[in-house]
Amino acid sequence: MTVLVLVEHAENRPDRLSLEALSVAASLGEPGEALVIGRWSTELAGGLAGRGIGAVHVVDDPRLAEFAPVAWAASLAQLAAERSAAIVIAAGSDRGNEVMAHIGARLDLPMAANVTEILGGEPLRLVRQRWAGSLLEESTLDAPTKLLTIAPHAVAVPEAAAGAAPAVAMFAPQLSDADLAVAVARRLEPDLSGVSLADARVVVGGGRGVGSPEGFADLEELAGLLGAAVGVSRVVTSQGWRPHTMQIGQTGMRIAPDLYIACGISGAIQHIVGARAAKRILAINTDPEAPIMAVADYAVIGDLHQVVPAISAEVRRVTGR
Amino acid sequence: MNILVCVKRVPATGGKIVLTADAQDIDTRFLGFTISPHEECGVEEAVRIVEAHTGSSTVLTLGPEVASEQLRDAMAIGIDNAVLLQTDGADWDAYATAGAIADAIRELEAQAGAFDLILFGNEAADTGDFQVGIRVATALGRPVVSGVKGIAAADGRVEARREAAGGGWEVFDLAMPAVLGVKEGLNLPRYPSVPGRLRARKKEIRTITPARRSGGPTKERLRLPEGTESQVEVIGQGAAAAPAVVELFRKLGVLGR
Repeated sequence: MTVLVLVEHAENRPDRLSLEALSVAASLGEPGEALVIGRWSTELAGGLAGRGIGAVHVVDDPRLAEFAPVAWAASLAQLAAERSAAIVIAAGSDRGNEVMAHIGARLDLPMAANVTEILGGEPLRLVRQRWAGSLLEESTLDAPTKLLTIAPHAVAVPEAAAGAAPAVAMFAPQLSDADLAVAVARRLEPDLSGVSLADARVVVGGGRGVGSPEGFADLEELAGLLGAAVGVSRVVTSQGWRPHTMQIGQTGMRIAPDLYIACGISGAIQHIVGARAAKRILAINTDPEAPIMAVADYAVIGDLHQVVPAISAEVRRVTGR
Repeated sequence: MNILVCVKRVPATGGKIVLTADAQDIDTRFLGFTISPHEECGVEEAVRIVEAHTGSSTVLTLGPEVASEQLRDAMAIGIDNAVLLQTDGADWDAYATAGAIADAIRELEAQAGAFDLILFGNEAADTGDFQVGIRVATALGRPVVSGVKGIAAADGRVEARREAAGGGWEVFDLAMPAVLGVKEGLNLPRYPSVPGRLRARKKEIRTITPARRSGGPTKERLRLPEGTESQVEVIGQGAAAAPAVVELFRKLGVLGR
């Protein structure tokens, strides 16, 4: 049984979510095969050693230098057919889900997104996420080729085992103009300002309890003192108090700081899934029964507009800032 | 410009999910329902495009009769027409849903002409399948891009942009008719006005009975993930807790510099 994994990469390293996909493929117990689209390098080969991959197929085609979802899907589908792959896996990234959906649509096959476990059997038994991981679905997939994506950050990535880099073979897919019709036409540079939510060691989050756009001044002051980023819950962006780029949650950003300070946030499941990767959560809330308390490690019960300024004053006193 | 936006009715789950005794569904007896978040932005975008370019907007959903509530919510903020692909309320997987929607679009377009743009949510809040829009686009032979957070449509083309993995934006330029999977953050949806709600209540909803193709994956049961709850330590009350909080910062090594 051949298992084929689409490996996304940047700067000559496989992406974290693709390593997670390889980790699930390896759980099936046989050497898998990988497809890499883009420039091949010995460094990238090294990054795939010890990951349960026996062979890597490389599509190095200048027409695919920029992302083209249908052409990527055509490449992966043609390779899957040539290798008689029984299971085809991609990362639960934007591209992984998109490419796999295109294969499902082209081949008229079902596709299971956000899989966390492959249990085996025929039809194939799976566990997959609903509600971004707040709920799990046990299901079966009955298809000649099983198309799966792996839920992001739900699977551990072990240290690479000792071993040589996998064998490499070039693969040249047949691509039509229609396959290449949808592709990135141009790029816009990021606008970089302030501490990035995705990378921050400390995040100060505000929810409905902040009460107004002006109410964020207290949170911003504490964030400034701690070198933290400020994030918000969905109610804050839907009220227009802060932009969506600051939103933490299922339809916003996933954060993974050392400490998340959740102020005036009740803790809807859609918010929690965005903050679950925080090492510690401190909740500041007037309601000791709020759902956030079920996931918080520490809590201060009280009005954030009294508690947060007092914390800022104490940080100043202790640090002399 | 004629725009179709497809939406899904999902429960507003709040702080905790409770399952039915047979573990087949979420117990929604005490829950409200809403349009899945990405699709709320799709509805708003459809209204804005028609406001800017004239034309008409249509909202479509596949679901039970009560899903007409979500169609009326969309009409209350300015969508012109509504179509319900009425089911008995059972789960339809992404494969079956996409097949039924493609059938319905062919029927609607045969009568009233092609939709220039068809908007889907990037993925539904509940099942998170990431594929219905792409399947429909493929069935109709139209270009499609997912993850869209910016749309500019004019002169038969649409420019769609989405966030790039390493920061910044990827921009796609598609010929219309086209299909887009949109994400929250595309715009800030407006709230319905009272007159808007009253108008929506009187509008007609076209009902179609869809044919179901079996596809999969097939749900066997649902379960809640284990061990996600922590034991919370209350370290203080009100402003008096500040010294204990700063001591915690020191212990966690986040007091900095």
